[in-house]
Amino acid sequence: MTEARTRLRRLEPAAIGGVMSRELANFRTYWRGTTFSSLLEPIVYLLAFGLGLSATLVDEVNGVPYVQFVGTGMVATAVIFSSALPAMFGTFVKHRFQNTYDAILAAPVDVEELVSAEMLWIGLRASIYGCFPLLVTIAFGLDPAPGMLLVPLFCLFTALGFAGFGIAMAAIVAKIDQFNYVTALFVTPLFLVSGAFFPISGLPEGLQIVAQLNPLHQLVELVRGAAFGFDWVDLVRFSSLVAFALVLWRVAVNRMAARLID
Amino acid sequence: MAAIELRGVVKRFGPILAVDGLDLDVPEGICLGLLGPNGAGKSTTMRLLTGQALPDAGELRALGHELPADSKAARAEMGVVPQLDNLDVDVTVEDNLAVFARLYRVPDVGAAVDRALDLARLQARRRDAVDELSGGMRRRLLFVRGLIHEPRLVLLDEPTVGLDPQIRTQIWALIDELRSRGTTILMSTHYIEEAERLADEVAVMASGKVISRGRPAELIAEHAGRETAEVYAPPQRLAEVRVRAEAVGLRVRPAGPAVAIVGSDRAEDGAVPADAVRRAASLEDVFVLLTGEEAE
Repeated sequence: MTEARTRLRRLEPAAIGGVMSRELANFRTYWRGTTFSSLLEPIVYLLAFGLGLSATLVDEVNGVPYVQFVGTGMVATAVIFSSALPAMFGTFVKHRFQNTYDAILAAPVDVEELVSAEMLWIGLRASIYGCFPLLVTIAFGLDPAPGMLLVPLFCLFTALGFAGFGIAMAAIVAKIDQFNYVTALFVTPLFLVSGAFFPISGLPEGLQIVAQLNPLHQLVELVRGAAFGFDWVDLVRFSSLVAFALVLWRVAVNRMAARLID
Repeated sequence: MAAIELRGVVKRFGPILAVDGLDLDVPEGICLGLLGPNGAGKSTTMRLLTGQALPDAGELRALGHELPADSKAARAEMGVVPQLDNLDVDVTVEDNLAVFARLYRVPDVGAAVDRALDLARLQARRRDAVDELSGGMRRRLLFVRGLIHEPRLVLLDEPTVGLDPQIRTQIWALIDELRSRGTTILMSTHYIEEAERLADEVAVMASGKVISRGRPAELIAEHAGRETAEVYAPPQRLAEVRVRAEAVGLRVRPAGPAVAIVGSDRAEDGAVPADAVRRAASLEDVFVLLTGEEAE
């Protein structure tokens, strides 16, 4: 008994690992489809936007071939779509329809561990899927650079933040339809003003300031830094992504605790 | 030491008083049936014990751990079988079990999974997805998932609700197996037969509190006497029978197409019609008299 009391602390690796092992067991049943679409999507985008636009309207942006500009930008879109959306819908379904969290919380796992494990799983997965557009862009002619080895790390912290955002939203909304508002009001605008498809310098000044607060824009700039050369300001960008992940982690834990514990 | 001790526990959901000053002791090694109609507070009591609901007042202890402060340590030693099937349907039987073995920090996950598969008689289906199992197999899997860490205390929340009689019998056999090992069981149910068949003691709950408790035979003797007489007749005559029986102090309850006169062995001549069917008093009589609800 005493052993159990001293062993069970906050944020236990065994509890987090247990919850992640559930995600892994489920992932093994659907990874083929998810991985296929994650690989195909950047190829289609690069063919349509990159080759199509660069052949007719835009040849290069800031000295970078447009295909490579879009390809590096698409890392951010891959990250948000493989973190925020699965976090929102996955969390909602597991809580409201499958009662999965009731089963997990009846075991020696608390809400903080549950949310941390879900965020970590989504973050790790998105950090891998986030690299796919970069790999595809390399196949389209982008030269590999040592800095690119850091891209999974940049993707991880961005994805952790957006996973936290998605989990918090799942705890807040009353019905699954309300995710339409979240997508229209937050996800799509963040994605469009990230600088993935065009430089934000072309936006009105007010929107440029807003774009600087957009974590996806920071990720886009970091990935381009990794491909074309870092700047000192990239340290600030990376720190802001770490802070984004930490803040959204606490928000997600807080919201889910309010939702799951009566 | 009692496995579960609740003292004056209160739980409100807004204006609704779900648990109203509940006192409940569950000694180690017994199966206590929490019998009550829907909304009596049984599931809320279960959630209070797993830390998924926080009390507004009162004291709770499970296996010597203060709740909710020490809930995590208590949960490590208790198993929970939920009312609703929340298995991962695309995942294999053995992976469903292995995940919970890890969540419960079982040192030898493989051995625990094997043990659970043996108990559920699912060894041959271990690599099948849950979706491919029959209803009875799924229910047995859900049951043994809650026992994967060999808990000292098991909470069964309406373990057979909505199941057909065949599957219910399979689950009862598993509960019998648990009882024979000396595991403490707290089982909520609104099935009289289930409580009568499985529980060493029954606590009847209504409106968030225990209104009577004892061994089934004791409860029957205390509240219903030895005998009940059932009268089958058209509604108008049933109304007359009820008036006559109540006039001499007998308790009468509806029983489907009949009325049941409880304690008919103590009745004066004429209070019980000659064509009444006399039978031994049952826990169902007690339940209906105490809660005013129709039994299931």
